[in-house]
Amino acid sequence: MQKSLQIDPNKCTGCLQCEMACSWENYRSFTIAKSRIKVFSFHHEGRFVPYTCTQCDEAWCMTACPVDAIQLDPVTGAKIVLDPTCVGCKVCTIACPFGTINYVAQTGKVQKCDLCDGAPACAKACPTAAITYVDSDWTGFEKMRQWAGKTDTNPATV
Amino acid sequence: MAWTKNVLRVNLEAGTCITEPLNMAWAHDYMGQRGLGTKYLVSEIDPKVDPFSPKNKLIFVTGPLTGTMAATGGRYSVVTKGPLTGAIACSNSGGYFGAELKFAGWDMVIFEGASAKPVYLLITDGQAELVDATHLWGKTVWETEGIIKKQHQDPQIRVASIGRAGENRVLYAGIVNDLHRAAGRSGVGAVMGSKNLKAVAVRGTRTDAYQIADPEAFFAATEAGKKVLAANGVTGQGLPTYGTQVLMNVINELGALPTRNHREVQFEGAKAISGEAMHEKRPTDGKANLVTNGACFGCTIACGRISRMDPNHFSIKDKPQYKGASGGVEYEAAWALGAANGVSDLEALTYANFLCNEDGFDPISFGATVGAAMELYELGLLTKEEVGFELPFGSTEAMVRLAELTAIGEGFGKTIGLGSKRLCAKYGRPELSMTVKGQEFPAYDGRGLQGMGLAYATSNRGACHLRGYMVSPEVLGIPVKMEPQATEGKPAMLKAFQDLTAVVDSSGLCLFTTFAWGL
Repeated sequence: MQKSLQIDPNKCTGCLQCEMACSWENYRSFTIAKSRIKVFSFHHEGRFVPYTCTQCDEAWCMTACPVDAIQLDPVTGAKIVLDPTCVGCKVCTIACPFGTINYVAQTGKVQKCDLCDGAPACAKACPTAAITYVDSDWTGFEKMRQWAGKTDTNPATV
Repeated sequence: MAWTKNVLRVNLEAGTCITEPLNMAWAHDYMGQRGLGTKYLVSEIDPKVDPFSPKNKLIFVTGPLTGTMAATGGRYSVVTKGPLTGAIACSNSGGYFGAELKFAGWDMVIFEGASAKPVYLLITDGQAELVDATHLWGKTVWETEGIIKKQHQDPQIRVASIGRAGENRVLYAGIVNDLHRAAGRSGVGAVMGSKNLKAVAVRGTRTDAYQIADPEAFFAATEAGKKVLAANGVTGQGLPTYGTQVLMNVINELGALPTRNHREVQFEGAKAISGEAMHEKRPTDGKANLVTNGACFGCTIACGRISRMDPNHFSIKDKPQYKGASGGVEYEAAWALGAANGVSDLEALTYANFLCNEDGFDPISFGATVGAAMELYELGLLTKEEVGFELPFGSTEAMVRLAELTAIGEGFGKTIGLGSKRLCAKYGRPELSMTVKGQEFPAYDGRGLQGMGLAYATSNRGACHLRGYMVSPEVLGIPVKMEPQATEGKPAMLKAFQDLTAVVDSSGLCLFTTFAWGL
């Protein structure tokens, strides 16, 4: 079963545990600036929104890469940057429609979410289940269930 | 421990920024934040120094867990000699600023002297410089943060600044970071203003800022700590749902909600300004005051209130800047802006709270001072002519008007900005000021909760609920239930809480973790 990160902004509190977990996974540091998932605060709307790569099936970043440094992980479906191959040309950052692959000046390479080999650290660290890792075919399942619960087709129970 | 081992010493007179090594022996003995900052302050200033003299120093200090994944590990403190109390002022704040300072490569910033013209300190990964802030002087906290981010083309800069209250030396002006998180009490913002220091702006992206001795063990410990917070009723349920406002109805029921400048101990309007009321849909626009709860850096409790006002409320009708969501009332603010004055209009309280955040002043001291002024007015010692408008208990309009006037130091707001001790002394009734060391009592009546009364009396920064939270045993039963009105056993319990509080305030963590991790 292929799985995907599912993000529910309504549950996010902006604590940045996910950003620290991501940085920890990849840098052994809690430096949120290096996280591949970012929580955006829309202060005047009172909303926090975690955002990261959704692992497009036809990945623009992968198609655009001139040196084939972005490869498909056949198990998780993640598009993974191969650091030794990446030349830091940043063409992928132009090609990506969502801005979720980014250049890191410190390493001279690009970085993006790689789903942590199938055990995403951000989802594990999230205290409110705003980020979960679920069956890719059913990312809408919970939302569907909630709306399903609002229907009432049996007048006898009203 | 997550120490960068760097202290930034900024001389505002000479305009220099010099890095020196952190005194690790002191870091070991005094832990960090409150303990460490206080040690530096008392070692470097003359205790008799005038708080507004350039010889006073202003210290921003993090703890050993600030900027780590330890739940709530985002706190920093501001330590200085305070103008409200004449004692050591130490105010603690959350948000994201403290962690950012750590990632930029410093544990602490010490400001010395005073600048001849307005400046702000800009810190980026290992670099620090003072920048002209003439264009920011006279601006609010909210405006200042926006301008700095735009000026440096970096929306991810974290800013701690003073508003007009700090510039005008309101004696309880605070320092506000991330728009609505504040080192709020004792007037640390007024000291910052006296130094012509408008803001500290930080961007930190270093992965090598500090080293943890045993990273894997540390990570495992943070995971375990998060589980304990989630399982606890207060930190896992009460605080996320209602914030500290979970207390309003509870304390009122107990007869320990100081009302109308402590004349009474129960407020008939408590329900209308409670945490529960913030969840209810308003009849006017069908929306609730509360939009969501919000967390500080690394916090898995998320007690913060994010509120949106009724756009048609009289106080903001033609003021679009207050129609978006922002930091809503916490329990202390709801009490001070509400019960302390007899005001029960939640929307008006939210507006006054926005103003406190926007211009950087402490809602507790402000609200309590308005309450004292209302009592003076009712006794005929203050007249309508002096105030400029009528000031009876329960006047929403008067409370709102004073919130608008205080930061800018206009009209009677100038007098309100002195705090209740100086106000009541001025009108010949010092006993009407509900203060210890010149700092206003917060939201628990010391008669109804005897342990809290003792906590106020013995707090080292003036009346304060955060130096020994006896509400824990007296109301919540943590670690044991104590009879609120009894005195027996209270001194020893308070001592234990004061010690515990000193440790948590020195660690980089939030005091609210003590409900789950405490005694």
